[in-house]
Amino acid sequence: MNELPGLYNDWVAIFLMMAGFYVVISQGNLVKKLVGLALFQTSVFILYISLGKVAGGHAPIYDPAIAIYSNPLPHVLILTAIVVGVATTAVGLALVVRIHEAYGSVEEDDIQAADEAESTASSSEASAEEDAKQ
Amino acid sequence: MRDLFGVVILFSIYSFMTAALFMDLDAVDVAFTEAAVGAGVTTVLMLSCLRLTGRWERRPKHSPLLPLIVVATTGTALVYGTLDAPLLGDPNAPAHQHVAPRYIEQGPIEVGMPNMVTAVLASYRGYDTFGETVVIFTAGIAVLLLLGIQEGPHTRPGRTAIGDQIVLRVVVKLLIPLILLYGLYVQFHGDFGAGGGFQAGVIFATGFILYDLVFGEGDARLVVPPDWLPRLGALGVLIYGGVGLYSLFAGKPFLDYSALAHDPVHGQHLGVMLVEIGVGITVFSIILAIFYALAGRARRA
Amino acid sequence: MTLIDHLPVLAVIVPLLAAPLCVLIDRARPAWLIALAASWLSFGAAILLLLQVTQSGTISYHLGGWPPPWGIEYRIDLLSAYVLLIVTAIAAVVMVFAWHSVESEIPSERIARFYAALLLAFAGLAGITTTGDAFNVFVFLEISSLASYAIISMGRDRRALNAAFQYLMMGTIGATFILIGIGFLYMMTGTLNMQDLAALLPEVSDTRTVRAGFAFLTVGIGLKLALFPLHLWLPNAYAYAPSTVTAFLAATATKVAVYALLRVLLDVFGVEFSLQAMPLNLILMVLGLVGIVSASLVAVFQDDIKRMLAYSSVAQIGYMVLGIGLANTTGVTAAILHVFNHALMKGALFLALGAIAYRLGTATLRDFAGLGRRMPWTMAAIVIGGLSLIGVPPTAGFISKWYLVLGTLEQGLWPVTLLVLFGSLLALIYVWKLVEAAYFKPAPANAPAVAEAPLSMLIPVWLLVGANVYFGIHTDISVGVASQAATQLMGAGG
Repeated sequence: MNELPGLYNDWVAIFLMMAGFYVVISQGNLVKKLVGLALFQTSVFILYISLGKVAGGHAPIYDPAIAIYSNPLPHVLILTAIVVGVATTAVGLALVVRIHEAYGSVEEDDIQAADEAESTASSSEASAEEDAKQ
Repeated sequence: MRDLFGVVILFSIYSFMTAALFMDLDAVDVAFTEAAVGAGVTTVLMLSCLRLTGRWERRPKHSPLLPLIVVATTGTALVYGTLDAPLLGDPNAPAHQHVAPRYIEQGPIEVGMPNMVTAVLASYRGYDTFGETVVIFTAGIAVLLLLGIQEGPHTRPGRTAIGDQIVLRVVVKLLIPLILLYGLYVQFHGDFGAGGGFQAGVIFATGFILYDLVFGEGDARLVVPPDWLPRLGALGVLIYGGVGLYSLFAGKPFLDYSALAHDPVHGQHLGVMLVEIGVGITVFSIILAIFYALAGRARRA
Repeated sequence: MTLIDHLPVLAVIVPLLAAPLCVLIDRARPAWLIALAASWLSFGAAILLLLQVTQSGTISYHLGGWPPPWGIEYRIDLLSAYVLLIVTAIAAVVMVFAWHSVESEIPSERIARFYAALLLAFAGLAGITTTGDAFNVFVFLEISSLASYAIISMGRDRRALNAAFQYLMMGTIGATFILIGIGFLYMMTGTLNMQDLAALLPEVSDTRTVRAGFAFLTVGIGLKLALFPLHLWLPNAYAYAPSTVTAFLAATATKVAVYALLRVLLDVFGVEFSLQAMPLNLILMVLGLVGIVSASLVAVFQDDIKRMLAYSSVAQIGYMVLGIGLANTTGVTAAILHVFNHALMKGALFLALGAIAYRLGTATLRDFAGLGRRMPWTMAAIVIGGLSLIGVPPTAGFISKWYLVLGTLEQGLWPVTLLVLFGSLLALIYVWKLVEAAYFKPAPANAPAVAEAPLSMLIPVWLLVGANVYFGIHTDISVGVASQAATQLMGAGG
């Protein structure tokens, strides 16, 4: 059982990740989905940063008095990933704003219903025309 | 929770806590960025969006069963994956044995700066950071394609309701010069302490956003006209790319900063500083542009 | 180092840096010229690279001057040079086509930024094919994805917005899965360089962490690939995007995802681990087959031609994945070959549809009535592209189907062979629906007068159609490189 404390950090991160993932796929509100996505990504960052930690280590800024540093590479990767995350969120929010303007709603159900109505309208129009010809 | 405002604020708090956790795990640069970006910029953008799309969510009619199964499967796979993973803080983990030691031992010598994160970010893996700058730029272009951006006003517009609160105005007026000054400090101090172009750009943008929120739309836009922002963002990317091209034409690989000066370490210094400026400019202008685009939409609606 | 030595990075950064130039200038015509020049330069670099690789072997380029695994490496072997050539060639041809099409579909004040986004999507894809660093793949994937979401949402139909949002959700989940996978691999090896990973993984391949990493990478790429049943984002995204965007993405984006799958499965993890130790060959084969049959069936019932072809793309991805699942050199050759040929046929078909949309505004089956006489050249292109899609000799489509059938027979999988042929039969049905409407139905009486598409559209369409026929007859380049690349991949793993 001495594994437990060592992995517990990862498991907390995994729990948070799955909470975010669940929000993304189960919620109908587009803004909430984006929040869930951001939660999902942020929790992955925790997983990465945890793996960079060295026991007794210090922040990786060189100081002659310090011998053990934590691993700087995961930090660099996550800096990049954070930027990617905010970029994705920004684009997603812009899309939500446009969807709201175009459909008058940000609920997935409403939008799907509107889309389906539109496609059946265009195809029934088509068949009506066919009938008229015959 | 049906109140999306609450959802966003909770997310912001979560982001802050994550930043604190990162501090505890020795990732100071990441903590700094997470606090500025996750808790700061993301929250502001989400709230601007809510202002347009409404605060309340409808109760969904879906059955939660399928998502639960998917999530449970994924979660199990993840936990399964960690079972053979090195434990937290284990100094013998493979991740600390193979590539990282060179960054820690040689980084301060080869690149010549104490902050190893900056050294890896801007030099060893400088191409990733170039990509990251392009990602931000791409997001800016995407948002502008979707929402457009309003031209800057030519006259001083009137005050907004929030601008009438005298305490707020005084505090913000005092804060903004400090924020901008701090932004500059972070920009140029990234070699030694936590920080760098990205964080500086965010902080600088925050200063403008704060001014914009409190004093109404127009004033900040007189200083930096919105239609310049995408161009400024493009300029930042070109500065970064230009450094790369310079070393390329000097006969060294793309982004090899040792081509910039006779002394390789000196060249590294110069290169890192230049690309960080590029990053700072792009991040500042694109984040501000995204904010203006979202906020500008609010006024039209 | 001379300029020739810089080709690997130039193929990517020329379009990448052309994008901010477009934004800086912010005028439609110059932006298009920049995009055109950048994509042709990149195409030129890709041709030279392929020549260089076939003559003197794999090229390694150290970005920032740091040797791998400390720095990021660009690594061009036969497979990456081959896929890079496809991506850049399609980009170059599409850019010629773009001017009129984009002018008619995108508001004029946004055209310059639209080209910037298109270039970024292109550069991102090119970056994925050239890089030898796992994390760098993630970064360039996000560049291309973010740009794709934006350009898809520029479609005139409001459904384009929803399609782009769906794609953003699925794409980001996919990218995050890939990030988790890379994290697990890094945890166990301490490296991000793919060759280094390939060397270090066998030692730790028996751990649960590596297996989980493998699963997350595969699912993540599967999402990007629109592998059945993760394809739900694709049909709408392709159907409602602007014509230029559909043609470009349909011919490149999923192909690069196939490339990433090949690279990760066969190169990084190795054939033995991916297809023998893990039951992935069976999974890929089953998913591929179900994808082929179900997506083709759905395609048969579509009225909107863009949607029809989008479903057909899902089916074609099934063929490629099936080829990988066969786990023999012929199957992998077929997969790589189909990446090439499918890019040619779908490029040609979607560009021709773009030309029709330019003249008619839409492209449903109804609009096709009598079009054979009114836009003869465009329709002829669609017919030849369709033949290639079915796999009729002497088109390129026949060649890849041929190798796929050979691959299934080599494994002694008769039922699979039959299902592949059944898929072709279904393709015949939906292509026939187009032909029937265009040539055997009279134009409706109230149909607007339609002229043939302008030359700047017909030339790119016919370039690709010509390539379909050319590579159906002269197979030594396409098949030669594909089979060499397949041998290299299969050899590397065992």
